[in-house]
Amino acid sequence: MTLPDHPSLDDYRGQISEMAAQGLAAIGDAPDLDALEAARVAYLGDRRGRMLEFQRALGAIARDAKPEAGRLFNTVKRQLESALDERRARLGRGAGGYTPPADLTMPARPQWTGARHPVTLVIEEIAAIFRELGFTIALGPEVETEWYNFGALNFPANHPAMDLHDTLYVQDDVLLRTHTSPVQVRTLQRFAPPIRILAPGNVYRRDFFDASHAPMFAQIEGLCVDEGVSFVDLKATLGHFARRFFGSTRARFRPSYFPFTEPSAEMDVECRLCRGAGCAACKGTGWMEILGSGMVHPAVLEAAGVDSEKYTGWAFGMGPARIAMQRYGVTDIRVFYDSDVRFLEQIAE
Amino acid sequence: MNVSYEWLRAFVPFEETPAQLRELITTHAATVDDLVHLRADLADIVVARVVEEGPHPDSDHLHVTRVDDGSGELLDVVCGAANVTAGKLYPFARVGVTIPTGITLEKRKIRGQTSNGMLCSARELKLGDDHAGIMELSVDVPPGTPLLRALPLSDMQFVVDVLPNRPDLLSHLGVAREVSAATGKPLALPALPGEAPVWGEAPHVRHEGTTAGVTVRVDHALAPRYMGLVIKGVKVGPSPEWLVKRLESVGSRSINNVVDASNYVLHEVGQPTHAFDLARLAGATVQVRAARKGEKIVTLDGVERALDETVTVIADAERAHAIAGVMGGRDSEVTDATTDLFLEVAVFDARRTRTGRKRVGLSTDASYRFERGVDFALPPMALERLARLIMAVAGGQVAGPPVDVVEQVPVPRAVTVRSSRVAKVLGARVPSVDAAARLTAIGFTVDAEEGEGELTVVAPSWRADIVREIDVIEEIARLKGYDWFPTEIRPFRPGTPPDDPIWVQSDRVRETLVSLGLLEARPMPFTKGDGASRFVRVANPLAEDEPYLRRELLDTLARRAEDNLAHLQGNLRLFEIGSAFEPTGAAMPREIVRVGVLMMGDRHPEHFASARGQRYDEWDAKAVAERAARAAHPAADIALVPADGGWLWRVHAGGRDVGGVRHVALDAPVWAAPAFGVEIDLAEMPNADVAPAGQNAHGTAPGPVGRHWPQYRPVPTMPSAEFDLALLVPAGVTSAQVEASIRAASGELLERLQLFDQYTGQGVPEGMRSLAWRLTLRHPERTLRDKEIEGRRSKILSVLDQELHVRARTS
Ligand SMILES: [Zn+2]
Repeated sequence: MTLPDHPSLDDYRGQISEMAAQGLAAIGDAPDLDALEAARVAYLGDRRGRMLEFQRALGAIARDAKPEAGRLFNTVKRQLESALDERRARLGRGAGGYTPPADLTMPARPQWTGARHPVTLVIEEIAAIFRELGFTIALGPEVETEWYNFGALNFPANHPAMDLHDTLYVQDDVLLRTHTSPVQVRTLQRFAPPIRILAPGNVYRRDFFDASHAPMFAQIEGLCVDEGVSFVDLKATLGHFARRFFGSTRARFRPSYFPFTEPSAEMDVECRLCRGAGCAACKGTGWMEILGSGMVHPAVLEAAGVDSEKYTGWAFGMGPARIAMQRYGVTDIRVFYDSDVRFLEQIAE
Repeated sequence: MNVSYEWLRAFVPFEETPAQLRELITTHAATVDDLVHLRADLADIVVARVVEEGPHPDSDHLHVTRVDDGSGELLDVVCGAANVTAGKLYPFARVGVTIPTGITLEKRKIRGQTSNGMLCSARELKLGDDHAGIMELSVDVPPGTPLLRALPLSDMQFVVDVLPNRPDLLSHLGVAREVSAATGKPLALPALPGEAPVWGEAPHVRHEGTTAGVTVRVDHALAPRYMGLVIKGVKVGPSPEWLVKRLESVGSRSINNVVDASNYVLHEVGQPTHAFDLARLAGATVQVRAARKGEKIVTLDGVERALDETVTVIADAERAHAIAGVMGGRDSEVTDATTDLFLEVAVFDARRTRTGRKRVGLSTDASYRFERGVDFALPPMALERLARLIMAVAGGQVAGPPVDVVEQVPVPRAVTVRSSRVAKVLGARVPSVDAAARLTAIGFTVDAEEGEGELTVVAPSWRADIVREIDVIEEIARLKGYDWFPTEIRPFRPGTPPDDPIWVQSDRVRETLVSLGLLEARPMPFTKGDGASRFVRVANPLAEDEPYLRRELLDTLARRAEDNLAHLQGNLRLFEIGSAFEPTGAAMPREIVRVGVLMMGDRHPEHFASARGQRYDEWDAKAVAERAARAAHPAADIALVPADGGWLWRVHAGGRDVGGVRHVALDAPVWAAPAFGVEIDLAEMPNADVAPAGQNAHGTAPGPVGRHWPQYRPVPTMPSAEFDLALLVPAGVTSAQVEASIRAASGELLERLQLFDQYTGQGVPEGMRSLAWRLTLRHPERTLRDKEIEGRRSKILSVLDQELHVRARTS
């Protein structure tokens, strides 16, 4: 049975009622969800559902009959839809007629997981703690001048202090920076105190590539310069950092030497493995070496054009890769640089 | 530097145990890296108690015992010693332990009785010659205690990490001085055997002098001070036991009595010295001069070394006999035949020693000290001790007063230290009296003003590192002990520098790429380059096969991808944020911070309910490039422009070329999927000098980074209308052209334009392709009428036909 090309309102009413009755019966009698879906497609389907016919016919009906026909159409559509929902709810265990798979032990659909590099994670975690104390991030070039890398940092020329900085040179006075400390000088020249910055970045040493050395590694540097900044601030701030980062209750400072700080201090935290009792990892001392620090040498402030009588400051530097090694139980530093996805994916877990 | 616990105790009568002393030295002077027991061969021997003892059933001299070794289980041990007694403690070696004689114990049966280890005699442990019985221990320790912990068996060695500013700590005297100050116990030089040599006046002479007929000529630019002394009639031979032991305790091997005496003085007071065989020095002349180009010397280690004028030598009238401050020569080496000695006790120029020893490729105990700086005032005392020791252990007589060739004895400089400055730097007030007392204890001369004003401080001759006020402040902090200072967080002002804009960019890009499932790598930037000047070259590269710095991050990522393929890993999605380098012609290269992405292999991990075999393709790479570029340049319009020259697309940000997308050629196995790469500039890293040395550029600091926020548009309330356009697109017409025409023709009603299908084949004429778009139209204020939509559709089709000969696909 089909509608004429230009149906009257009566034609329309009669046929849509008949269709509605058949549809409601098909829906109400559907024995299972598949049958119900077939009924839905047959009556309400987007492509060949029977309601489409009546929808099209609305366009061809006489103008004065249109509103009434439209109401009829909408009523029937709602009836069918609610019958469908009702039947679906009855047939399906869950709402909306959803049937769960029979074997729920099948694996989940996996997705590739992205991840920051473990060294980046350590840098970000360190930065987060210092950010609470008002530090911002500063960067500098990896290829540096000898002046920024050594001269401005009070390194005596041709001195054994340089032995700890076996340097890769690009030219006589241009080199791959051996530490992030040149960023201290650039920042001090660029910005007036107060300065509170962290400088993460890659540094280079002419070192062999083996399980515990790499010719390139990450470093993170901190610098605080203002009036009235003292060794007490250094101890307090770095001690606070140690407690937050390592959960260590104890930190120890011992004398050290860096040309660009004085007094210089190495900070240790209680060994996490033996809790200070002494073990192989800490060579029996109960301490783990974490960072080098010190009060900014007046010569560094002077080199950067900062009044060393008015301003004082402190600085520190540490190696995120070493910390990442401890954290992730990595015993060979090369895995950080090899970019082996089997390693990177472990960290992404 | 190796320091012996017992040797230190010969200087200072401290009572600290080795562990306590280690702590003390570490917290006040220099870090003790390690504490080594000189009898490490006894490390596995434990103290054990014989619990039961009875006769061996099949032997009349063996005993069967049960031994408690602290393991919680009694062990059966057969013992042959007559003195084994139940209830007593003995050294015990468990099964598997190697005893000092070299025997490794096994579990075995001795005449039918099992023995699990051995109770040891003194001789078996190399603790004496007594082998009459096992070694009875009269100590009160639980069984299982390591023997080394139970008994004060031998010396301990501290491995002290002496940093370059403190050469004064490179001797027992130097460390003892700090121990004395920290413990408050007096310091004295250890007694030496024999008599102190007596000689008359040894006045300072410049450039040249003589001793016992030997003329000594010194270039003071090379050696500011040079003392010489002749001892005649020595008998070279083995050293006495005590001297051998002392040297052993710092890891130095005994050679003969004369050389040992020289080494002893080096370790005791830090003065390197050298003894020449006088008979081998031609022309009764010793001169300190620069080596001549082409001059050669065979050093004590038997190696012939070519010298040049950067090396200082000690020569006789004819040729070089030693590399000054580094190593002696074989020709004038002290041998058993030597009877007369010329002793050298000098201070060589630190920088020249360093240059010279690097030139010949040698580093010795002597050069190590000279390049760090030897106390200018030390030679007379060191010479006296050396002469006394040689005469005591090798005989002989001083042949006359020494010669002391000195250019100028440096005048100690006074440093003024303000109490206010000490408090300012250290953050706590150290009373002047306290500071003065502590400095005095390590040899400083301190003149304190009344009250808390200024200290006038003169450093001792061995502390050349003390130059400025801050150097003394460090001494005060160190001597006081860093632990003493409070740890309270005090109020602070926020800093002026904002976050570096490149960091902000990197952070955003990293976040974006991680959220897309990519893995961050941090590889090294070295590359094999192509030998051309397009690359920045490292002058002294670590590996000759990778001497260049990369120009592209994709270069590095491609190599790392190949490594992964070698490990049969073919699903890669790596990214890196790092620097690339380009030569500029000037000294400094251009350094550009970039993001690089390399992706290949499966687009999704395998799953039973997912489509198989979907691999990353150029469209994935294009998407990642768009996302990364937007994260890197948030305020700019991003466009991916089809390109050539190896690139699929170039990435434009605000009209500027900032990178590209390409297929990456890899040295890959056949099974590997194609690799696609993205490389986008974040920014050029500023690397010009900020300001000249000693100056700043504070007025020019940039303000905070500009930010970009997407702007809110009201969410639509009117319904939209959608329709699809399936179009036949002739060859040579791009989808971008079609889209541009559609946009122009549909006007402001077009809300969204989505290309959803591409098809060629049946029903599509040769040379054409069918592309299908879905258009979403919406009027902000009313529902669109069917007629309007149809009108738009016709207009679009007619424009497409006119402009591009693109028509609707009918079939
Ligand atoms: Zn430990």
